[in-house]
Amino acid sequence: MNKIIEKTYFSDKVVQLVVENPMIAKSRKPGNFVILRIGEDGERFPLTISDADPVRGTITLVVQIMGVSSSKLVALEVGDSITDLVGPLGKPTHIENIGTVLAAGGGVGVAPLLPIVEAFKKAGNRVVTVIAARNKDLIILEDEIRKWSDEVIVMTDDGSHGRQGLVTVGMEEIIQREKVDECIVIGPAIMMKFASLLTKKYSIPTQASLNSIMVDGTGMCGACRVTVGGKTRFTCVDGPEFDAHQVDFDEMLMRLGGYKAEELRATEIYSQKL
Amino acid sequence: MSLNPEYLKEERNQMWRAELRSKTKNKERMLIQRVKMPELAPAVRVKHQDREVNMGLELNQALTEAARCMDCVNPTCIEGCPVSINIPKFIKYIEQGEILLAAATLKETNALPAVCGRVCPQEKQCESRCFYVEKTDKPAVAIGHLERFAADFERNSGSSNIPDTAKPNGIKVAAVGSGPASLSFAGDMVKYGYDVTVFEALHEIGGVLKYGIPEFRLPNSVVDFELENLRKMGVKFETNYIVGRTSSFDDLREEGYQGFFIASGAGLPRFMEIPGENYNGILSSNEYLTRVNLMGAAMDDKDTPVLKGKNVAVIGGGNTAMDSVRTALRLGAQRAMIIYRRSEAEMPARVEEVKHAKEEGVEFMTLCNPLEYFADEKGRVSGMRLNRMGLGEPDSSGRRRPMPIEGSEFELDVDLVVVAVGVSPNPLVPSCLPDLKVTKWGTIVVDEEKMQSSISEMFAGGDIVRGGATVILAMGDGRRAAENMDHYLKNKSNQ
Repeated sequence: MNKIIEKTYFSDKVVQLVVENPMIAKSRKPGNFVILRIGEDGERFPLTISDADPVRGTITLVVQIMGVSSSKLVALEVGDSITDLVGPLGKPTHIENIGTVLAAGGGVGVAPLLPIVEAFKKAGNRVVTVIAARNKDLIILEDEIRKWSDEVIVMTDDGSHGRQGLVTVGMEEIIQREKVDECIVIGPAIMMKFASLLTKKYSIPTQASLNSIMVDGTGMCGACRVTVGGKTRFTCVDGPEFDAHQVDFDEMLMRLGGYKAEELRATEIYSQKL
Repeated sequence: MSLNPEYLKEERNQMWRAELRSKTKNKERMLIQRVKMPELAPAVRVKHQDREVNMGLELNQALTEAARCMDCVNPTCIEGCPVSINIPKFIKYIEQGEILLAAATLKETNALPAVCGRVCPQEKQCESRCFYVEKTDKPAVAIGHLERFAADFERNSGSSNIPDTAKPNGIKVAAVGSGPASLSFAGDMVKYGYDVTVFEALHEIGGVLKYGIPEFRLPNSVVDFELENLRKMGVKFETNYIVGRTSSFDDLREEGYQGFFIASGAGLPRFMEIPGENYNGILSSNEYLTRVNLMGAAMDDKDTPVLKGKNVAVIGGGNTAMDSVRTALRLGAQRAMIIYRRSEAEMPARVEEVKHAKEEGVEFMTLCNPLEYFADEKGRVSGMRLNRMGLGEPDSSGRRRPMPIEGSEFELDVDLVVVAVGVSPNPLVPSCLPDLKVTKWGTIVVDEEKMQSSISEMFAGGDIVRGGATVILAMGDGRRAAENMDHYLKNKSNQ
C-alpha cells in the first residue's frame, strides 16, 4: 500500500509521483485531496490528487519542494512507501455543462487543475486554459492540459516560454474575446487573489481551490479556517473549493504565514542533517 | 444496561466474599480515612508534558481503601456506572489481595479500565452513588483510584488476562472511528463472537484518547496496552481509512459487513465568531492538543510545529480547556489563564482538573468574556478585549445565565489563545449517508435505548450522537449498541 510506482522530475523542485492506493484511486473525484505523513516523525499535510487510474489502482500527486515535509516526500524513491496516506478528502468539484469554462493554473496548481479541466471537457464544455509560472522550467503538464482544452495560453513571468506576463493577462484576453460562463483558479494564494479580482470585475462566477494549512484534514482541528462571505469555513470539509469572490484572500495569506518562523527553523535543521 | 440482580446476589453470596465481610466489622471499615492519590509535585510536573500528575496508589494504600467498601447488599454504585462494572466484586478482590482477579472483573464489562480509572468523572458517577455518600457524611470509596490500581497492577505484572470470547460466528461488523465508544463496542462484539474491524481516519488508533487527552493525564502507552488486549481478543484495526470516503458503505456491505457502529466523534471546533478570531496564534483546543498529543509537536525531533506563548489565554471551562491551559504551562507559558464567562461553580471541568490547574499556577479569570482580538503587523495575536459578567436567572442548561456588566470592558496582553468552547459533530461520515436521520445540529438520531439509527443495521454512539460528552458515556453507548446490534443481527439471521 502507498508504494511509489513512478517518479518524474518536472524540474529540480517539482516532482510527480504515481502512488499505489487502489481504494483512493477508485473513490476519488476531481477536486479531492489526500493527507500524507512521511515517517514516524512526520507532520500531516494535504496534497490535491492530480490524476488517478482505477484499473492500475494508482493516484498521481505533484509536489513542489517547499520545506521539510515536501523534501521528505521527494526523497522517497520508486519502491518506497508513503507512511500514511488518507483520502479522498474535501468536496469534489461541481462539474456540469455550463458552456465555456476558463481554467487558470499557477505553478504546481496546474496539477490539481488537470482532472478538473478533463472533467469539464468530458461534460461537454468549451474549455480554455491559462497556465502560468515564473519560468519555462516551472510550467508543468502542458501536454496533458492541451489534451483536454480547446485552447491553451501559456504565460511566464520572464517570457522564457509562451508569453511574458502574469496569469491574469492571459485570462483577461479570453474574457474580453468571448463569453466565459465559469472560471476555476488554482495556484498560489496571491495568484488566486488577483485572478479572483479580475473575474469579479467581469462578474464571472469563479471557484478557487484553497491550499490552507491543515493538521488532521478531517474537520477536527480548524487550522484550515478561512473567511468566506464573512463566515468562518473549514477548507478541509467545506472546501477546498469556494466562491472565489467571497474568499478573504488577505486573511488567507496572513494565515499561510502563521508558522513561517517554525518552518524556516525546521528547514534549516533538516538541511543540516542531510 | 444493568447487571442482573440475581447474578449480583449470587456473586455476593460466594463463600470468599461472605468470609471477607465477616473478617472486618463494618464499624471498623467506616473508621478508615479515604486514601489520597499521590501526586507529582506541581513545581516538577509543570516542566514535563509527559509525566503523569496522578502517580497511582501503592499496594498497601489500595488494600486499605478496598477495606472501606462495605460490599453492600444493594450496590447502588453499579447503577452509577455507564458500563456496569461489578464494583463490589472487583474491590473485594483487591481487599483479598487478588489484584489480577480484580483486573479480570473490570474487563468483564470495561474494555479500557486503565483509561477509565484515570479520566472518568467518578465523583459524578459510581462514587456519587456510594453508600458513604448516600447514607453518611463520609467521602465515597475511591472507586476510580482502585480501578486504576487494578488495571495498572495487571499491566505492570506482565501477565495480561484476555477475556473469554464466544466461538467466532463469522459475521463481519464495522466500527467507524476508534475512540472510546468504538473500542467499547468492539470489545463486546468480539466477546459475542463477531468478526470486528475498527476503521480510523487518523494514522493512530484511539481517537480522543490519543489526540485529545494529554500525556500528563493519560499516557499513550496506557492506551496502547488496552488496544493490544483488544487485538489479542481478535479485534482488527484499519488506520487511514474513512468509511464513506476511502470506500463506501456499499463497498463494505459487498465485503460482507452486516452491521455498522458509527462513532466518528465530535468534529468541527466551535469558535465564538468575534472580531479578530482568525488571527494567527488563535486556535481551537482540538488543534492545539492534536499538535502536541498526537503529533508530538513539543518534541524537537517531530516535524509538526506548535506555537508557543508567553501569555496564553484559554477560553472555556471544561476539561478540554483545563487540558489546554495546563499544556500551555508545560510548553513554557509565563502566564496561563482560563477565561470563563460563568463562575467556578458552573464550570463543567472535573473538580480534580481545576484543583491540579490551580496548584500548577493557572490563573482563573472567571466571569469574563472575550469581545475582540488584536494583532501585530504580521497578523499574530497580541491582545484581547473582554468584559466582566454577572450571573442572572438560570438558563435552559439550569446554570445561571452570564450577563455582561456595562462599562466593565478591559484589555489583556496575550500572544496565544486557545478556544475551547465546544465542538460540533463531525460531518464527514453522516454526509456520505443521505438516508441517515440527523438532528439540526448534525448529530445522528438514534433510539436512546438501542442506539439504533434510522438505517436499521447502523447503530451510533459517543459524541456523534451526544454532541460532546465524556469518555465513559461514549463507552456506555458502545456497550448498549453492541448488545442491541447482537440481538438485531441474530433476529435477522433467524428470520
